[in-house]
Amino acid sequence: MAPEAESSRDTDWDGVRLHIVTGKGGTGKTTVAAALALALAAEGRRVLLAEVEGRQGISQTFDVTPLGLTEVRIAHAANGGEVFGLSVDAKAALLEYLQMYYKLGRAGGVLEKFGAIDFATTIAPGVRDVLLTGKVYEAVRRRREHRAKGPGAPPAYDAVVVDAPPTGRVVRFLNVNHEVADLARVGPIRSQANSITAMLKSPQTAVHLVTLLEEMPVQETVDTIAELRAVGMPIGGVVVNQVREEILTRNVLGAAARNAISREDVAADLTRVHVRATNAIIDGLLTEARDHAERVNLERDEAQVIASLSRPTYRLPSLSEGVDANGIREMAETLMTQGMA
Amino acid sequence: MSPVLDIDALIGDPQIRIIVCCGAGGVGKTTTAAALGLRAAESGRQVVVLTIDPARRLAQSLGLTMLDNTPRPVKDIDIARGGSLDAMMLDMKRTFDEVVEAHATAEKAEQILANPFYQAVSSSFAGTQEYMAMEKLGQLRLEADRDPDNPRWDLIVVDTPPSRSALDFLDAPKRLGSFLDGRFIRLLSAPAKAGGRAYLKVFSAGVNVVTKTLTKVLGGQMLSDVQTFVAALDTMFGGFRKRADHTYALLSDRTTTFIVVAAPERDALREASFFVDRLDEEAMPLAGLVINRMYRVSAPGLSAARALGAAEELGERESEHSAGAESSGVSEHTAITQGLLRMHAVQAEVAARHESLAKRFIAGHPDIPTAEVPAASGDIHDLVGLRAVGEALAGH
Repeated sequence: MAPEAESSRDTDWDGVRLHIVTGKGGTGKTTVAAALALALAAEGRRVLLAEVEGRQGISQTFDVTPLGLTEVRIAHAANGGEVFGLSVDAKAALLEYLQMYYKLGRAGGVLEKFGAIDFATTIAPGVRDVLLTGKVYEAVRRRREHRAKGPGAPPAYDAVVVDAPPTGRVVRFLNVNHEVADLARVGPIRSQANSITAMLKSPQTAVHLVTLLEEMPVQETVDTIAELRAVGMPIGGVVVNQVREEILTRNVLGAAARNAISREDVAADLTRVHVRATNAIIDGLLTEARDHAERVNLERDEAQVIASLSRPTYRLPSLSEGVDANGIREMAETLMTQGMA
Repeated sequence: MSPVLDIDALIGDPQIRIIVCCGAGGVGKTTTAAALGLRAAESGRQVVVLTIDPARRLAQSLGLTMLDNTPRPVKDIDIARGGSLDAMMLDMKRTFDEVVEAHATAEKAEQILANPFYQAVSSSFAGTQEYMAMEKLGQLRLEADRDPDNPRWDLIVVDTPPSRSALDFLDAPKRLGSFLDGRFIRLLSAPAKAGGRAYLKVFSAGVNVVTKTLTKVLGGQMLSDVQTFVAALDTMFGGFRKRADHTYALLSDRTTTFIVVAAPERDALREASFFVDRLDEEAMPLAGLVINRMYRVSAPGLSAARALGAAEELGERESEHSAGAESSGVSEHTAITQGLLRMHAVQAEVAARHESLAKRFIAGHPDIPTAEVPAASGDIHDLVGLRAVGEALAGH
């Protein structure tokens, strides 16, 4: 029986089956993609988490053995859900593609021997991205092995999450058709690229952006949204990662920034609880507070820039222990609470 | 204790002519390269900084409005010691076009530049950027030494492309080289040459299979574009190959040194490890590792645990005093002190985590000199900020 799990949860992305996660380097897009996959897999769903740059970021995040060419289960989600992992490899995708569409048993090997496969996957412009996105396309469309195989069978995956290239390269990556169109005006590569682009631009896809509350990642988020819009890619949510806990109130931050916190009061308080109130410690604490206030101010400005984008926005707290498998689960919970999944 | 990376000794060494900054994306490579360049220039060297970054970040931090594939002087630097600083951003396509123009006849160059396959390769082939970065580095080096008595630059600082992997910078030229030397390129170029058929006979019967498959998959038109492109470039291949080899040799030269940049994060440090090992394998000169954005507390004498405990104790004392009175807690100034202590505890934990990540890396690479740059509380986008980073790099 096909599980009628649809609409048991009300999320911001109902109907989206392909989630593309990008962000500037260092913003934690891989961990956010992993958390999103876990969140989407809750309640018995099957989710594929795919990386396309061969970095093995997924296996490292989930602390499992490096991903190979087959999809393997990497995590159980809440209530029986499953996350599968795949490191998409351009060469394998090409051989699979040739096999699937051209039934090229022997020719595949010959092409390999002549360096044609290397040429296509590393040097020919755009082809590599067609192959990588093509594999994602295949996974989204694949149907489960089922008695009623064909259009009646449920999809192999309820959702596919892609840990995509960083913001600087993601639009070119997704907009494969554009590049290939100049080269292959007709022919099978052209039609393959067209089908992929049609899916990527459809409402079943969303491109999410991960950022930190820092100037450059936010600027790249703004730029990338504009670029995505220009090429007609569906823009998803903005995930603000590593949000600091608010420890000091607005008043205290203001006082810290103005150097208006009384040293004597702080010294007296410290002495009361037997902390040695040396000048070094008091100056240190006040400097920390002033730096912190400066940073909080900058973060507030950046948060405003993000708000002005009018995209659904999610906030993931900074995990003080760093990100491990448990941290990912915590992040997944937060994303679910906030309605991303 | 691992050795300390002495940045001032490095930029003060006239033997060092090229510094390559590499590392994962988002670790502050560009900022490090710019800060190094500025510090070297202000200490008296004639410096050019080559950056390869689409976000034009160096442009902002160096106050440049135009980065157009030509080195431009950076204004407002301190020239008291006789140094100078130029900066440029790589324009990948233009660099490629210039190579074509320099190595082919005017007629042939025009033919190549108009080929759709060339246009795609020159603007988007994954790896063109790395190859062209190498090419530009080679050009800058030639330009620097054009007049040996009066070199235009005596130090080139290179920021590497924001690649999938930091290793791509080293691999791309080789990859292109092996492609240019390979059978496939000969197969592609052969039919366009006179006597190509005979030449093809040297290959096995597999040729037919390959050509047929390529026609089927690529379509006849794309295949013929590729063939025209390859045939047109044919005469230049020797030059390409030689230049790639030459630049690669330049990188392993004693006058070159690498700085691996990382941030105190697991992934960035792992990438740094790969790179360090790789440089070692290739016998490339590594100056050391820079760990950027190290979080440091200003009151290191107070541990996180002690600060938290003190914050709590303050709360308890106050509620003892005010028992019976209004129940809600503490006086205003005590609330401030509590806040400071809690904030310190959080920051001390982050600092400790960064410290332990850095330590772990150092333990794994005990011989590699390292420098740590503390996290700035604001973003860096001017010379003042870059100067401060330079100071920190030098350990001041």
